[in-house]
Amino acid sequence: MIIKVLGPGCKKCHETEKVVREAVAEAGSDATVEYITDVAEIAKNGIFATPAVIVDGAAKCVGKVPSKADVKSWLGA
Amino acid sequence: MQDTNGKSCCCAPGACPSAAAPPPEARRHPALKYLLGAIPLLALWWLIYSHLAAFSKFFTYTLLHLPETGRLGGAVEFFVYDAPKVMMLLVLVVFGVGVLRSFFTPERTRGILAGKRESVGNVLAALLGIATPFCTCSAVPLFIGFVTAGIPLGVTFSFLIAAPMVNEIALALLYALFGWRIAAIYLSAGLLVAVVAGWVIGRLRMEDGLEDWVRELQAAEAVYDMPEETWASRIRYGIDAVRDIVGRVWIYVILGIAVGAAIHGYVPEGFMASIMGKGAWWSVPAAVVIGIPMYSNAAGIIPIVQALLGKGAALGTVLAFMMSVIALSLPEAVILRKVLKPRLIAVFFGVVGCGILAVGYLFNYLL
Repeated sequence: MIIKVLGPGCKKCHETEKVVREAVAEAGSDATVEYITDVAEIAKNGIFATPAVIVDGAAKCVGKVPSKADVKSWLGA
Repeated sequence: MQDTNGKSCCCAPGACPSAAAPPPEARRHPALKYLLGAIPLLALWWLIYSHLAAFSKFFTYTLLHLPETGRLGGAVEFFVYDAPKVMMLLVLVVFGVGVLRSFFTPERTRGILAGKRESVGNVLAALLGIATPFCTCSAVPLFIGFVTAGIPLGVTFSFLIAAPMVNEIALALLYALFGWRIAAIYLSAGLLVAVVAGWVIGRLRMEDGLEDWVRELQAAEAVYDMPEETWASRIRYGIDAVRDIVGRVWIYVILGIAVGAAIHGYVPEGFMASIMGKGAWWSVPAAVVIGIPMYSNAAGIIPIVQALLGKGAALGTVLAFMMSVIALSLPEAVILRKVLKPRLIAVFFGVVGCGILAVGYLFNYLL
């Protein structure tokens, strides 16, 4: 499972990355988390509100920081 | 059986609504349930809000024994009245706008704007700029998203100008401190600047002012897999907005009001008339130029502006100053530099600056 966190590096984006990493660790998931800050790369994913979280190609959360419980539910745990 | 009676009294009405099963109609219409829950809260809010003026007088002159004609008394009364008043309105408005915004995601906004003709598009974009959640750090991805969806450059700019300038914080504070007329004037002036400036930028045909990589970008369409918003999630969105925005700006509001209170108490009446009054023609451009490098949000600038107005500054000059501080900022220029060539950024600042100037002169002339 590949989780992409997209955000140019504002406070909310960092927070999102933290929440996602913690949720993955707590759930014991083997998902890899990528943190993408390059705006060109963000745009190529078709995302235009940040922070955003993409799980295996599907955008799960856009424009806000997800809760840890949200992230865990995406992990299928 | 008597036990149930005993248990239910620990739960005062409204204190723990989850314990009681909602009536059948409420279960079918969750919106109704929230509405019923909101009424007592709003009533309490209003009760406190309407007694603030009396309380600040009581606090200043009875509790603190300050003389009624003194400067310190004036400043203290101003602060004790304005600080809670502004905070209460801010919480209410930010919550309301937060819930409203859960209906206008950037994706939906882009869908609405895609394929619109320029003139109609400019107006729609400016209106949607108010309703769509937006923060400056999202400006670049959003800009690219709009442009790659084929939304004309001018329409995109209308959105980018309106979004920071006409925001819920500015409107709430203007309403709290000046009343609904000034808030409405600011709203329409902000929209006007966004529509006209965006339209002008569109007419200038500056598509080559985009960085080359933006024009060559092949963006994929994102696949969205998100649960549908429910009333519960919209309410949560509103609460999150309050926590986030009020948590971030309260200190600026308090500082702004404190500075405002000092001006109110200590600067002589009519002092600002000579510097920022109607008579000084150069004050409007000066206000815009001074406003650009100042990077503040509406929360910090408006309480100061109120005090300036009270001392004889002209409304148009003050509006121009405020718009320039909020809408044109150097950090934003740095962020936009990633997608725009310097020439287009200069045009953007120039056109918006002229629009703000026009608003300043217009209101000085009208009022």
